[in-house]
Amino acid sequence: MASNGIRDRVAIVGMGCTPFGEHWDKSTDDLLIDASQEALASAGVPLDDIDAFWLGTMGSGQSGLTLSRPLKIDYKPVTRLENFCATGSEAFRNACYGVASGAFDVAMAIGVEKLKDNGLSGLVGIPGRTDGTQVDLTAPAMFSLLAPAYAKKYGVTDEEMKEVLTRIAWKNHYNGARNPRAQFRKEVAKETIACSPLVAGPLGIFDCSGVSDGSAAAIIVRAEDAYRYTDKPIFVKALSFVAGPAAGPISPDYDYTTFEEVSRSAADAYRQAGVTDPRNELAMAEVHDCFTPTELVLMEDLGFAERGTAWKEVLAGTYDLEGTLPVNPDGGLKSFGHPIGASGLRMLFEAWLQLRHEAPADRALRTVSEEGRTLAMTHNLGGAPGECVSFVSIVGSELSA
Amino acid sequence: MSRGIVAYGAYLPHYRLGRAAIGSALGSGGGKGTRSVASYDEDTTSMGVEAARVALAAAPGAAPMGVYFATTAPAYLDKTNASTIHAALGLDTAALAVDMLGAVRSGIGALRAAVDASAPTLAVLADVRTGLPGGADERDGGDAAIAFLMGSGEQVVAELVAAASASSEFLDRWRVPGESHSRVWEERFGEQAYVPLVEQAVADAVKQAGIAADAVDHVVVAGTHARVVRRVQAMLGAGEDFTATIGNTGTAHAGLLLADALDRATPGQLIALVSVADGADVLLLRATDALPALQARNAASVAALVAGTAAEVDYATFLTWRGVIRREPPRRPDPFRPESPAAYRGRDWKYAFVGSRCTACATLHLPSQRVCVQCGAVDQMAPESLAGRTGRIATFTVDHLAYTLNPPVVVTVVDFEGGGRIQCELTDVDPATVAIGQPVEMTFRRLYTAGGVHNYFWKARPARAAAQA
Repeated sequence: MASNGIRDRVAIVGMGCTPFGEHWDKSTDDLLIDASQEALASAGVPLDDIDAFWLGTMGSGQSGLTLSRPLKIDYKPVTRLENFCATGSEAFRNACYGVASGAFDVAMAIGVEKLKDNGLSGLVGIPGRTDGTQVDLTAPAMFSLLAPAYAKKYGVTDEEMKEVLTRIAWKNHYNGARNPRAQFRKEVAKETIACSPLVAGPLGIFDCSGVSDGSAAAIIVRAEDAYRYTDKPIFVKALSFVAGPAAGPISPDYDYTTFEEVSRSAADAYRQAGVTDPRNELAMAEVHDCFTPTELVLMEDLGFAERGTAWKEVLAGTYDLEGTLPVNPDGGLKSFGHPIGASGLRMLFEAWLQLRHEAPADRALRTVSEEGRTLAMTHNLGGAPGECVSFVSIVGSELSA
Repeated sequence: MSRGIVAYGAYLPHYRLGRAAIGSALGSGGGKGTRSVASYDEDTTSMGVEAARVALAAAPGAAPMGVYFATTAPAYLDKTNASTIHAALGLDTAALAVDMLGAVRSGIGALRAAVDASAPTLAVLADVRTGLPGGADERDGGDAAIAFLMGSGEQVVAELVAAASASSEFLDRWRVPGESHSRVWEERFGEQAYVPLVEQAVADAVKQAGIAADAVDHVVVAGTHARVVRRVQAMLGAGEDFTATIGNTGTAHAGLLLADALDRATPGQLIALVSVADGADVLLLRATDALPALQARNAASVAALVAGTAAEVDYATFLTWRGVIRREPPRRPDPFRPESPAAYRGRDWKYAFVGSRCTACATLHLPSQRVCVQCGAVDQMAPESLAGRTGRIATFTVDHLAYTLNPPVVVTVVDFEGGGRIQCELTDVDPATVAIGQPVEMTFRRLYTAGGVHNYFWKARPARAAAQA
C-alpha cells in the first residue's frame, strides 16, 4: 500500500483561463465555453479529439450535463465533481489519472464557478449538519481563528501580526496588478489594507480573497504524446490529495497554527516528485491564500519556512515576486479572485505561463529566467482550520532524467 | 408525609433596560430604575431551562418525574414547550411534561400541581413581558424564570401548610391570541374587584393553617395589577418586590419573591405567598430544618442576582430583540430551518449537551461520534453530559459578517475540563473583553428562528462564578 504517484506519465499541452471577476454579462455556460475554447486552441485540438472530461464546480451546476450541454459534447464521459475549494484541482487530478491509466488518450479538466449571481456578501456554504447545532461561522471567521493562535504560540505581537497579514495582502495585490486576468488589478497601499473595515477577528476586507466568477481548463495527454501538441509541455510530477479526520474542532490537541492535511499532502507530493528542498527547488508556488493568515501558516506547512518563522520571512520579502521563492505571482486568491471550482486550474495556468516563459514581462519570474528552475507547485485547501481537504501538485517543464 | 419545596433556582437575563431610555427615545413616558430584558437569544423556554438547571444543581440525585411549565409568552402553541425543558434537563422519558399557558395565574397552577404530585416534580415559571412602546407594560414588565423542585420527606426545605384561592370572573387584563400586547381595564375597577378576593383567600389560608394572621414571618405579594399589589403589600406588611430593578416578571414574579423569602428564612418560619392575578391565591409554607443546608448549596441568592452586574441594553436594541423594529439584515442567506428528524436523532446532543467518551481510550467527543477520533475504536462510546462543566477559551474570533440580531457574533473554541472541545457562540459578553484562557460555562439558548422553527442549542457564556469571585 503506497501513494505511488504518476511522475512524468502525463503532461498538460493546452490551457485556458477566463478573466476572474464580476461577470454580470456571462453565464456559467459562457464561462465554460470561453475557458474550454481557449484551452482547445492552446493545444491545437478540436473538441472531438477530447476523449473524456472532468468538470469541477462546487455549486454552479450538477452532473456532466453542466458541461456537455453548453459545449455540445457528443456522447463522451463527463464527470462532475466537488471537493470544497480544491474542486478544480480535483478535476485536474482525476483527469490525469484517466490518461495515466491508459483509459483515454486526451482528457480535459475544467473548473467553473458563478458566485456573484446570488447577490449575497462573501462565500455562501452549504449547511452540513441539519439539526441546527453547528455554529454559523463565516469563512473569514473560521480562518481568522489562526491569527491569535499563531501570534500567541510564537510570541508575535498584535501589531506585528497586523503588519505580516497586511504585507501578504499587499504582495498579492502587487502581483495581481501585473495580471490582466485578475479580479483586482491595482496595487493597494499598506495603510489602506491595514485600515480596512473589520470582517472577522483581525481580518479586514483586504485580508479576504475576492468573490468572483471564472473558469479555467487544461488539456492532458500521455507524456510521450506531449510534443505532438506543443514544444513546451508541462509535465505532472506529483499529485497529492488528502482529507483529514476533521479532528481539530473536537480535539483540544489542535492549536490552530497549522493544517496537518497540508503538511501530509505536501510531504506526499515532494516524495512523488523527488523534491527535497522546496524553497530552493521550486520556481514558484501558487498557494491557497483564501485569507491572509492562511498564506502565513501555509508557508510553514509547505516547508517554505521553519515553524514559527514564516512571519519573519513574509516581512523579509522571501515570497515576493523578486524573492527566494515567489508565492502567488499571479495575485493569488486574494487578487485574482476565488471562483471555487476554477481556482485550482487557475493556479496551474500561472505555472503553465511562468514555466513556459510566457508570463507578462512585469511579473516574469527571475527564478525561471535567471536561476533556471523548472518546477512549480499549486496548492488548494478546502474546509476550515482543523477540518479540511488539501491538494498539492508539482509540475515541471522538463522530464526528469 | 409532608410535601413541599425541595430545591429552587432563579434565572435573570444578563441585560437591563434603563426606563429613562424609553422617555429619551419617545419624548415622554419612561421613568426611574431598570427592567430585566431577555437577550435576543432567549425566550421563556430557554430561561426556564436555565432556572431549572440551577434548581437541579442544588438537588444532586433528584429525578423529577414531571415538569409543569407556566408562561404567558410561550415559544410555541399547539406544541408542548415543557418537552423542550424536559429534554434539556435530560429527564426520564417516563416523566410528564405539560404546559400551563396564557395568563400569569398559570404560575400558581404549576406550583400547586407540582406540590400535589405524587412524585418529585418541577414547576418552571418564566415570562417575557412586553407591551406597546411607551406603555406601562413595557416600562414596568420584566423577564425572568424561576423553578421549584417539589417533593416529600426529609429533603423538603419548606413544607406546604395551606393553599387557598378565591376566583371570580371579571375583565381586568386580557389579550386576544395573536395580539402583541395586552389590554387593561380602568384600574380602580380592578381594585374594587380584587381586594375582597385577597381578603377571602388570606383568611382561608390562615384558617387552614390554624395560626394567627400575624404569625407569618415573611409575606410576599406579586400580581398583575400594580395598584392592588401595592395596597395588599401595605395591608399585609410585605417586603421588597424588586420591581424597581428588574420589573414585574409576570408569571415568574411570585415564584421569584418566594425564592427570595426562602433565601432569607430560618427553620420554623412561616412564609406567605400572595398572588393577585385573575383571582387571589395564597400559599403558606413553613421552613424546615433542611433549609439552611440548601441555602448553603445555592450558588447565588435572588437578591444577589437582582443586585448583580448586568449589561445595559439601549432602547432601540431592546425593540429590535422583541421584534418591534425590523432591521435591515446583512446580505447573507437566511438561516435554514433545522430539520425535525435530524434534531430528533441528535436530541441528546442538541437539547442536553450530551457527547460521548470512548471506553477504549477515554477521549471525549462533542457531539458523540461512533468512531473515536483518537484511537479509531468503533461503537465503543459511553454518553456523557457536559452541560454543567466549565471550560476555557482556546481561541476565538469576532464575526462581523454572520447573521445575528445582536452583531457581531463572537465565536469561541472551548476546551472543557476533563476533555472535549466545541466551537460555539459566546453570548452575554462584550466582544472587547474576550480573552484566550477565559473560563466559560454553557447556557441553553434559542439560536434563531427560521421557517417557524425555533432552533435551540447551547452557547458558552463567561463563567458566572468567576465573574462574581
